[in-house]
Amino acid sequence: MTPLLFKNARLIDPEKGTDTVGTLAVTDGKIAGAMGMDGATVVDCAGKCLAPGIIDIGVKVSEPGERHKESFTSAGRAAAAGGVTTMVTRPDTLPAIDTPEVLEFVRRRANEAAPVNVMPMAALTRGREGREMAEIGFLLDAGAVAFTDCDRVVQDAKVLSRCLTYAASLGALVVGHPQEPVLSAGAAATSGKFAALKGLPTVSPMAERMGLDRDIALVEMTGARYHADQVTTARALRRLERAKEAGLDLTAGVSIHHLTLNELDVGDFRTFFKVKPPLRAESDRVASVEAVASGLIDVISSMHTPQDEESKRLPFEEAASGAIGLETLLPAAMRLVHGGYMDLPTLWRALSLNPAKRLGLDAGRLRSDAPADLVLFDPDAPFVLNRFQLLSKSKNTPFDEARMEGKVLGTWISGNRVWPSP
Amino acid sequence: MTFRARHLLGIEHLAPDEIASILDLADTYSVLNRSETKHSDALRGLTQVNMFFEASTRTQASFEIAGKRLGADVMNMHMEASSVKKGETLIDTAMTLNAMHPDLLVVRHPHSGAASLLSQKVHCAVLNAGDGRHEHPTQALLDALTIRHSKGRLHRLTVAICGDVAHSRVARSNIHLLGKMENRVRLVGPPTLMPSHAADWGVEVYDTMEEGLKDADVVMMLRLQKERMDGAFIPSEREYFHRYGLDAEKLAYAKPDAIVMHPGPMNRGVEIDGNIADDINRSVIQDQVEMGVAVRMAAMDLLARNLKIVRASEEVLV
Repeated sequence: MTPLLFKNARLIDPEKGTDTVGTLAVTDGKIAGAMGMDGATVVDCAGKCLAPGIIDIGVKVSEPGERHKESFTSAGRAAAAGGVTTMVTRPDTLPAIDTPEVLEFVRRRANEAAPVNVMPMAALTRGREGREMAEIGFLLDAGAVAFTDCDRVVQDAKVLSRCLTYAASLGALVVGHPQEPVLSAGAAATSGKFAALKGLPTVSPMAERMGLDRDIALVEMTGARYHADQVTTARALRRLERAKEAGLDLTAGVSIHHLTLNELDVGDFRTFFKVKPPLRAESDRVASVEAVASGLIDVISSMHTPQDEESKRLPFEEAASGAIGLETLLPAAMRLVHGGYMDLPTLWRALSLNPAKRLGLDAGRLRSDAPADLVLFDPDAPFVLNRFQLLSKSKNTPFDEARMEGKVLGTWISGNRVWPSP
Repeated sequence: MTFRARHLLGIEHLAPDEIASILDLADTYSVLNRSETKHSDALRGLTQVNMFFEASTRTQASFEIAGKRLGADVMNMHMEASSVKKGETLIDTAMTLNAMHPDLLVVRHPHSGAASLLSQKVHCAVLNAGDGRHEHPTQALLDALTIRHSKGRLHRLTVAICGDVAHSRVARSNIHLLGKMENRVRLVGPPTLMPSHAADWGVEVYDTMEEGLKDADVVMMLRLQKERMDGAFIPSEREYFHRYGLDAEKLAYAKPDAIVMHPGPMNRGVEIDGNIADDINRSVIQDQVEMGVAVRMAAMDLLARNLKIVRASEEVLV
């Protein structure tokens, strides 16, 4: 394989926290230290940003079960176009990914169909029903990188404590969805002046803190490695901070939608803005953004959730939750930079370095011998999003017709360009 | 006469002058409704479809009479019993109906926002006859007309809305309307039946009738749904009646000439004492039903006028 030389690039290094113009060399699919290689293919970056590819924890690819919503092919292409080099996929499929056999199917499909890295998560309990433990050991051997029942909270604390204890003995990472399940049952919006006027069934933001409090207690009790998929409220963030100070092995993520949108965006019952947990008040959005900037929230993800038009063109309460995000993650995240909340290396710490660290991957940094999973992007290029031009099979983005800045110019996996396709 | 809306989905998006226009026209229809012939041809040749996804006798009858008095061809569809059971979605049903070229579509649906969703998919004018807990605009308009008749004005009044505000679309529409017309609105009820952020709506919130009804000009009672009485929201029917049911003693906190309203159907002995409901000196509940027909005639008439303008301009473009 011909070595690659990225010249005249603004190198965004989340590990060093630097943003400098320079050159980056790639040999054998890995980032190389040596400069000035002869015979290398030169990529002139023209002063645009080169950063480690995004590692997106919590992508729903609707295989198996709902391939009409999203397949590994379509999700993989969307990821490549969005600068996402590793999709960490969710097990909330039909059937749930809860046995080594289903996981094997997923890995095979992912390998043949997706141009980017795919790392599957598996269900924590059988059928995500919260009753019996899945085969965590076998699934780990088969390549599961984490265990989660996704938005179906394990309601029984005894079941969850056993799952966490067992997972801890294997060193497996458990991803939880902090939410008090009974309090939030049936809710379509966050309680507040707006949702109450619209007559929508609501849940208090307190339900998130209650869910997180319980999970933190169980993590303390069992010593498990735990990642909260989304922490989106100021009051829960205070609990997260205390748990981290106490030295628990605990990290947290947040979706890009909760960082860039708030409850008012729902407007007149726009179902593309119905996500789980529901969009929050502006004060909570700002608190989440600040938590990403300070490092309290470790990971930003797209929470890519494809839904077809039929599942969304329903009255708000009945409509399915979730929004796609693989292709819009980067430009939406640029709003945090352009808004002055954080610089690019800080943003990339949450998009790439921290997820890699949490999953024990070498990627997510620009140091020598790290895999050459890279994204080249123009942070300032403006455009108006047209949802029908997105590569996902489902087009349920909340950013339709939004003015955005930030375009992906190229994506490389192990030094091979996957976007635009060669 | 000012009325710009294409649909009547809620009070929230109406301007005060539009509300006044509907009420003014409704006044003339209320005169017509008391005359001998009771007929106009404002909607002649137009087709009105009443699509009720939730059972309703009173509202549907009111819309039907209103349409027929204006000369429309009225059809009632009981959606509970038909295709919905077969798995057809709201949009499919709307598209099917749309192909039959109705002019006015009157919709009631158990989910908030359903009327708004429908209005995006059909070419006719949509009237919201109640969507979930969101809005019930013609109820608020008929309440306004009733208040205007008995109080002589629709501004600077103190109106107490009492009971299950949390689940009430009637309350939400009334809060919008009374606020826009510059009245003082109070919400009174047990905190379990009060939306969590009601105090941010520009209203006063009370949890006792004594404070809430003090010097009120209008006492508007809300219906308490049977399924809320089983201990989940309030301990029992009798405790509710004791604390929040409108009887002579509690009504005495309001102004001596305060009127009593109820959107119906009433639970006598739960939210309202039968003697109060039947007291012709205080209760305007029967007037509300009468004004309902007039207000619905006015709303449909105005929507039909706008529909004709839109269609005419579309023809010019074609």
